[in-house]
Order: sequence, then structure tokens, then C-alpha cells
Amino acid sequence: MIRISKEDYEALRAHGEETYPNECCGVLLGKSEAGGNRVKLIVRAGNTRTDSAHNRYHIAPVELVRIQRQARGLGFDIVGFYHSHPDHPAQWSKTDFAEAHWMGCSYVITSVEHGKAAITNSFLLKGTSEEDKAFEDEQVTIDDEALVEAGEVEIGLD
Amino acid sequence: MKIHIPTPLRAYTGGKETVEVGGGTVAASLEGLAQDFPALRNHLFTPEGKLRSFVNVYLNDDDIRYLPAKEETAAAENDELTIIPSIAGGCCCL
Repeated sequence: MIRISKEDYEALRAHGEETYPNECCGVLLGKSEAGGNRVKLIVRAGNTRTDSAHNRYHIAPVELVRIQRQARGLGFDIVGFYHSHPDHPAQWSKTDFAEAHWMGCSYVITSVEHGKAAITNSFLLKGTSEEDKAFEDEQVTIDDEALVEAGEVEIGLD
Repeated sequence: MKIHIPTPLRAYTGGKETVEVGGGTVAASLEGLAQDFPALRNHLFTPEGKLRSFVNVYLNDDDIRYLPAKEETAAAENDELTIIPSIAGGCCCL
């Protein structure tokens, strides 16, 4: 399970709408807890794949270094990443899997259909190495009641 | 010098986010890290001893792959190394 505030959840979905028809991407900062990853802050990142931004994303490593430094200063860790799939399902792709190397982190994907954010799913990268890694569906829990009616998220109690 | 460890590799450093190693060069520091935490080695290096392609190493704000001396770049006591796996993907096949 990944827990995220309503504000951050809406912000990462809005990011996908802003960059449509291109993919957006960003980093989730927070803490890994017994029940899963808890997001405390999301950080937008630039998509360096300007050659194919509609179906590819890549975050510059130097930007990741700076974001990790920012996380350290705040007492947070990098607990996941998010990106969008313009006019494609909110499911991980072969490319997403091949390029996933942050075991224990959450990979949040939002489908953006005709410019509007639709489904947001999260996948936990499990395993200990490149040989045994696997994506596992994980529940997205939003710490706010306002999204109950969305029907795709479970509401946190604290 | 300090080496900052990314979240997924802290399982192999006893949960430590930052570790101190000796060195003199980037390569020597990374080797020192792998000696102190042997379980890390396979995650950082190929069986041939090369850095894995998706593992980026930054000396302060510089990618060591683009430094003239690459891994043999001198690293001072107050320099910092950051290990950062790449992050990329995309929605469908080309």
C-alpha cells in the first residue's frame, strides 16, 4: 500500500494533464513504513526524453541527485516515482519494467485520456536484484475523504 | 569521504543512508564500499567489475562517466559520492 495526501495525489495527476500529450514524471519523497510507502512530498522532474516525450520519460540523474539531497535535508527518502501514460492505460509497460531499478519503491502511473487524468495506479517494485524483480499491484490510499466518490482509492483513517 | 546510498541499496548497508569510506579516487572509494558491504558488490558492478549500466555515480554534482579520468578521478576527504540508479520508462513499445 502507498499512502499519499489528497493534495499530492491531485498534484501528480494535474502534472500529467499539464504535460499532455507528453509524459510527465516526478519523484515521491517520504518514508517506508511497515504498511508500505508513505508519501510526504512530491517533486516534479523534467522529462529529458524530448525525442519521444509522448511515450517515454527519463529523469536526468543529476536532477535525481539534487532531489535525493533535498530529501535528505528534509529527513525523507525517495520512496517512489510517478509518470503519466498519455492515452494509454495506467499499467506498467515492458519499458517501465526494464527501466525499473529502485526495489522497494512505488511506481505510480496515471493514464491521461484526451488531456484529462483518468486512472491512477501504483506498482511496488519487489525483489532483490535485476533477476528476480517484479512489479506488484499496490493499493493507493489517500488521506482525505474527498476522493471516496472516485471509487478507485481507499480512504486512510489517520 | 561520504557515499550516499539510494533507498533500494540501503538493505545492504544495514539501513545506512550515508557511509564513510577511505579512498583517494572514486574507484578506490567504491571498492572500499564494496569491501565494507560485500552484498552491495553485485548490485553495483557486473561480474567483469564494471559499474552496471543503470547505476550512476556522481562526484558532488558531476557524473563520473563524463569526467576526464572517469573512475580514476581523485576524490578528496570532503568530496561526496552519490550512487543513483537511473529512472526511466514509458507507456508503450516504439
